[in-house]
Amino acid sequence: MAIVTGKAGRWRLIGAHAGLCVLLAFTLFPLLAVISISLRPGNFATGSLIPSTISFEHWQLALGIPVKQADGSVVQPPFPVLLWLWNSIKIAMISAVLIVAISTTAAYAFARMKFARKQFILNSMLLLQMFPVAVALVAIYAIFEGIGTTVPALGIETHAGLIVAYLGGVAMHIWTIKGYFDSIPVEIEESAKVDGASHSQAFRLVLLPMAVPILMVVFVLAFIGTIIEYPVASILLREEPNLTLAVGSKFYLYEQKYLWGDFAAAAVLSGLPITLVFLLAQRWIVSGLTAGGVKG
Amino acid sequence: MSATNATSPWLGRAVAGLAALALMWLVFSLWTAGQALAAVGLLALGGSAIFVYATAHSVAWKYLFPGVAGMLVFVAFPLLYTVQIGFTNYSSNNLLEEARARAYLLDQTIADEAQSRPYTLHAEGPSFRLKLAPHEGASGDALVSPPLALKASDAVTPPVAMQPLGATILAAPLNLRELISHRDALAALPLQLPDGQLIRYAGLREFGPISPLWKAEADGALTQLITGNTYRANRSTGYFETAAGERMQPGFKVNIGLANYSRMLLDADFRGPFVSIFIWTVVFAGLTVLFSTALGMTLAVVLEWQNLKYRALYRTLLFLPYAVPGFISILVFKGLFNQNFGEINGILNALFGVRPAWFADPLLAKVMILIVNTWLGYPYIMILCTGLIKAIPADLYEASAIAGAQPLTNFFKITAPLIAKPLTPLLISAFAFNFNNFVLISLLTDGRPDYLNTKLPAGTNDILVSYTYRIAFTDSGQNFGLAAAISTLIFVMVAVMAMVQLKITQRSEGRR
Repeated sequence: MAIVTGKAGRWRLIGAHAGLCVLLAFTLFPLLAVISISLRPGNFATGSLIPSTISFEHWQLALGIPVKQADGSVVQPPFPVLLWLWNSIKIAMISAVLIVAISTTAAYAFARMKFARKQFILNSMLLLQMFPVAVALVAIYAIFEGIGTTVPALGIETHAGLIVAYLGGVAMHIWTIKGYFDSIPVEIEESAKVDGASHSQAFRLVLLPMAVPILMVVFVLAFIGTIIEYPVASILLREEPNLTLAVGSKFYLYEQKYLWGDFAAAAVLSGLPITLVFLLAQRWIVSGLTAGGVKG
Repeated sequence: MSATNATSPWLGRAVAGLAALALMWLVFSLWTAGQALAAVGLLALGGSAIFVYATAHSVAWKYLFPGVAGMLVFVAFPLLYTVQIGFTNYSSNNLLEEARARAYLLDQTIADEAQSRPYTLHAEGPSFRLKLAPHEGASGDALVSPPLALKASDAVTPPVAMQPLGATILAAPLNLRELISHRDALAALPLQLPDGQLIRYAGLREFGPISPLWKAEADGALTQLITGNTYRANRSTGYFETAAGERMQPGFKVNIGLANYSRMLLDADFRGPFVSIFIWTVVFAGLTVLFSTALGMTLAVVLEWQNLKYRALYRTLLFLPYAVPGFISILVFKGLFNQNFGEINGILNALFGVRPAWFADPLLAKVMILIVNTWLGYPYIMILCTGLIKAIPADLYEASAIAGAQPLTNFFKITAPLIAKPLTPLLISAFAFNFNNFVLISLLTDGRPDYLNTKLPAGTNDILVSYTYRIAFTDSGQNFGLAAAISTLIFVMVAVMAMVQLKITQRSEGRR
């Protein structure tokens, strides 16, 4: 691309770099600050942003190890962070697997089969997706309270109930997978059927292996979407050992019990892996979608 | 059709039969628990599942069923149910169905203090004996029970006949803590006195005659036996009431028509904060989209500039706020903005000697919310704009370069007009998303500081959806009905936004 360069262009370039650096400072400040705070002794110490003494007390507490202080008193970990992380990962894993399974089969029907009212169902799904779950929390709470009176294993305060609640949010994923299936020539499956394969065999043995990249992408998206979900988890889970990270983390910053340093360590500990997964997946999603190796 | 049916039809039929039985059992137990609506819903859902999978009616629905059922039950049904709750008085005062509230009242009992007899519990080997002293002010023999196992169980315990103490020798009485450990078993234990009277557990120290508090009348009214007052179910208020209008707790759930909506419009105490919250919701969503778009679009344009070095690095770092989980970055900001311990006030204090009260001052809280949300939101717009700018043909810029145009001219004459159209529907959904950005408000300020002098607590920077959450789940009253009515209003607005978005998308696609 040819853009006129000259003296004005040079100054503009320097200006752009300066502006971007200022903006980067604002963007990165909270992220760097929280790392530094997690390494700073004490929960209230305000002072230099680069800690003069490095202390791992907050990290120990976040990992569930009691800390012995200089005066001999032992500080117990305030919250079971690792348990919450495990809860989050467990719920997100199971939900993501089920979401992928459900949306793949549904997407197959939408992409390959003819049935009545197909377009209507597809469009209603898109419309439904516009309504945020947070607005229907009262109803969701009432539904799970009702379920819990008959099937206690799926009621309030159960992880199974939360997972079941997450299975409603599949519309976007169905659309994504359907788009991918649409791009795979139907002739491949048809030739398998000519050779005597049934519907389910053509689906499982021919189409699914070709769709692995998109299934991975949907899995990661569903996993991240579930692990950061707050509203539904906050009404269905209330007791401390049951919580997910997204619900539990806020308890660090209550006015009455303000654990800034402990929170920082827990936030870095739990936020870093999710962030890395997201950054890696981002690259992978783009390459997976643009490479389209199976189209050959 | 499916492989299982082809290989062994009997297995398929057996599974279908078992599923049908399990379904019938669940539906029946729901029905007997008084949840008629849920029972019917489950019957419809389970019945269609068995129909879809056990018959060869439609192969497509075998693949579709789980997804569609999940969306119907957990997305579509909650929406409709919310609308329905909006027309009721469902709240912590009116939680139960009428029949359950009636049963609750009829279960209430009262102990006759004057006839109560103190008791002591004595261990005897692995079992226990219970000794009853005569009631206060009366003379008479102490009574003793045969050895009791005192194991708590769900089965109804038959009455235990008490005998005169006579010469029975008992061990030392158990202390209070041991009594507490046997409380559940004792509470289930009726004792029969020699004269045939039944007495029951009336506290940690006494057994006494227990009589019901309420009597059911033939016409459905309830009479309070002590006062003799008759309470009738009033199905427009949802309480049992006397003729004078005196109410008995708990109330029950009834349909109250448009009362929740008229409260929003007509109750001046409620309308004031409600209107302010509504305006702030729109302002909040609008300004968020405006600021993030301004910042994100500028960055996208600047980062497309070929002469700029390190563009990939800038792009990755600027993308970070989008990759960090929202609940973590919002809480990090909550800590950083803290008035006394927060790093942001530390810096402001060092530079300018001020410590703004970010969480106590309504206006500053709003400023903080917008700063945080812009930080959270601009990377997404940046990614969107980058994609759209890449799609603009390069020869347009070449032509403008030949004409000697400046970058600003390029932006306003080429870039902005070309990306505006495809960007608009995306910005509308960003607006709709922030209109309902519950997580941000809930985790950052929880809507506080609150308005003063309101009957229902309302926050100055609550948005509609966080306000409904407060009404429903946190503050006293737990008024689910009112919260659902406000949610219904939100649905209407979301539906309007969805329609506008659809129209714009269709128009831009039609022209393409």
